[in-house]
Amino acid sequence: MAFRVQFENNNEIGVFSKLTNAYCLVAIGGSENFYSTFEGDLADTIPVVHASVAGCRIIGRMCVGNKNGLLVPSTTFDTELQHIRNALPDSVKVQRVEERLSALGNVIACNDYVALVHPDLDRETEEIIADTLKVEVFRQTVANNVLVGSYCVLSNQGGLVHPNTSVVDLEELSSLLQVPLVAGTVNRGSEVVGAGLVVNDWAAFAGMDTTSTELSVIESIFKLSGAGPSSITSKMRASIIESMS
Amino acid sequence: MNSQSYYNPNVTLPTVLCCVCGLPINPNSANMCVPCLRSKIDISEEIPRQSYINFCRGCQRYNIPPSHWVTAELESPQLLAILLKRVKGLSKVRLVDASFVWTEPHSKRIKVKLIIEKAVFSSTVLQHSFVVEFVVMPSFCEDCHQGAAKDHWNAVVQLRQKVKHKKTFYYLEQLILKHRAHVRTINIKERPDGLDFYYSTRNDAIKMVDFLQSVAPVRLKLSERLMSTDLQSNTANFKHTYSVEIVPICKDDFICLPAKLARSSGNISQVLLCLRVGTSLKLIDPNTLQLAEVTNEKYWKEPFSAICSYGDLLEFVVLDVEPVSTRGKFALADVQCVRARDLGRASGSFFTRTHLGNLLRPGDSCLGYDLTSLNTNNSDFESLDHCQLLPVLLVKKHYPYRRKNRRSRKWKLKTLDKEIECTNQFEQDKASAAFESFLQDVEEDRELRSTINIFKNLHFNSDDCAVRNEEDEGEEDFPEPSIEEMLDASTARAAVFHCNGKKPGAIVNLTRQHRRSTATISFCLASRYSCPPNQFGTGLKFLLAREIDLKSILSETKEAAGIHWATRQAAKSVTLSTPFFATKSSSPRKG
Repeated sequence: MAFRVQFENNNEIGVFSKLTNAYCLVAIGGSENFYSTFEGDLADTIPVVHASVAGCRIIGRMCVGNKNGLLVPSTTFDTELQHIRNALPDSVKVQRVEERLSALGNVIACNDYVALVHPDLDRETEEIIADTLKVEVFRQTVANNVLVGSYCVLSNQGGLVHPNTSVVDLEELSSLLQVPLVAGTVNRGSEVVGAGLVVNDWAAFAGMDTTSTELSVIESIFKLSGAGPSSITSKMRASIIESMS
Repeated sequence: MNSQSYYNPNVTLPTVLCCVCGLPINPNSANMCVPCLRSKIDISEEIPRQSYINFCRGCQRYNIPPSHWVTAELESPQLLAILLKRVKGLSKVRLVDASFVWTEPHSKRIKVKLIIEKAVFSSTVLQHSFVVEFVVMPSFCEDCHQGAAKDHWNAVVQLRQKVKHKKTFYYLEQLILKHRAHVRTINIKERPDGLDFYYSTRNDAIKMVDFLQSVAPVRLKLSERLMSTDLQSNTANFKHTYSVEIVPICKDDFICLPAKLARSSGNISQVLLCLRVGTSLKLIDPNTLQLAEVTNEKYWKEPFSAICSYGDLLEFVVLDVEPVSTRGKFALADVQCVRARDLGRASGSFFTRTHLGNLLRPGDSCLGYDLTSLNTNNSDFESLDHCQLLPVLLVKKHYPYRRKNRRSRKWKLKTLDKEIECTNQFEQDKASAAFESFLQDVEEDRELRSTINIFKNLHFNSDDCAVRNEEDEGEEDFPEPSIEEMLDASTARAAVFHCNGKKPGAIVNLTRQHRRSTATISFCLASRYSCPPNQFGTGLKFLLAREIDLKSILSETKEAAGIHWATRQAAKSVTLSTPFFATKSSSPRKG
């Protein structure tokens, strides 16, 4: 289900939150409306956690993760790291990464199986990603832009990229990532889809400015329509639950 | 940002959906389809869709604020330029195209279609086309105001001189024309003893008064008449009258100074001739060649009058000249002269002294005052010892033969445009005689000539002077203005118009097949502006300074019988032609 929400009157949801299939991180805001929107929808299934990274609220852009793990930049405080470790389920490995490009959310876009990274990312970081997040890492650009995390949003069902991505690139990426991709916008024509949108396999949250056309595109590509909490037990069970033993 | 190292011409972008309406579009920086973009952003919102321009009802000109008025046709490029200047906010956008949308000419609305371009979202340029409507507001320009307010004056300068002749006024008229002190006058009227200049503002009257004070010895008195008052705002409207009185002494007058004044001016004799009247009176004693100057203030403290003047001049013939001494350009001489009418008689010659010694030769005729047969009422003069006086005072040289034969001069003067009260034949004769004498003064006196403008007479008929007598050869020293002194009348006329800041406003070609019917029209045209018509073929061509005069003339003559008139708006010229036979019915208008 796709929702419209605002963080302190700001439409850039992807900046202030991080949503995966296993958990959800939310920035600490003045009023708790933002948090309560997430909580109201997701708290039954996954933990919704307040967090901050390096004292900043822009957690969506600083850290990256999927159901297997979470990577945080080296600037994270120890206390914050501890808090996140405590709050998240044990299956999620939290790892601090020493990386020059410390805004991990901007340079890495990933779902539970594949990850796209900035072409200039360190070797070690790439290995850490492959280890912690258990994904296949590809170095690519999106629409000739190296900030793949900002211009691309991935979930296990599909992905949304910058509208200026050429058709050739779209096909190439799609074959790499093995998910259908579409070029589109969010928040009334904004190209920075990574910052404007957070998505997992059954829910998506976009800014209040998102038009209904954009929302319908999001719902179609991420296969969210009609996906309520009840369908967790039916269709999305496999992606949520690793093993039943 | 774009790190493409090679150029790929086959890049095809996918179609995204317009974020507002869902229409598949090529992605642009706004990611909206053009209609949605247009509906969201209006680049012309700062440009007012309605504005106004001022249009003068009198002279059909459009106003460019603050005070410039321009003629323009409807739907002409000049009008477009004027209107575009009136559109506010055009500087912030780029104007691609501007054109007129047709409106009914009498609707007082002008519609202009503008296409403007502006950049939005840093890389998108949006074009917008819209119509701006201008309302034509009727008003009156400054010049039409002036013309219409002809009879409404707020200040008047009443110039008077209590003398029998008007020679000083002719001279002042030329000075005013030369220095163009009359440009702001609404009206000039001729009165007995002087002229009245009417002005619409007090400042213009003060300017004229200052000018007069600088060229003539005058006495000023100001009086005001209350027209209306507003007690609430503490203002009042007045009609101002400046009474300017010129000293009643003229050039070549015979004067008797009061004794005290004569003593204080270098102990000069009381019996003097007036040489020149400028800002002060210059007097000469013909007995001793002593010069004295009486300033304006000194005169009005103790005014004196002239004993003999221009009308009392008699013609004398010089029989013998004996120079005595010289002083500057005057030479003292003892002369023996006789009255011209007494020439040939044995008795009746006078022995006198004159200051014109270097000009007179035996046999010359000259003009002077006969003091022996004088009858005055002047107390100062009567207190003098009459035995000490000269019997005859010679004033200036006279050229009788040249004057008689000469019918037209090579030069001419301009005159002011003034209203003349109806006078009888006697007064007119006196006036024309005085004017003729003034012209003679101009001819003879080089210094006087240098202060005024004279013009070449294009109608000079040299045949008139072909007849000469043998006596003429004796008058070789007849003074005449040289060609260099004469201004070309056409350049002067152009100068007059140019100085007003405009080219000739209108041209009227009056073609006449029937002389009588055009007489009234040409009189009407000639009186509007004092520029004489040019003759061409059977017609007359009048140059008018203002188009507004043309309009008024046309409206006057429209009612006149049997007039065709064809106008050419572009050239601002009108051809008035009368039919061969004058008829009562008026003909339809052409053109």
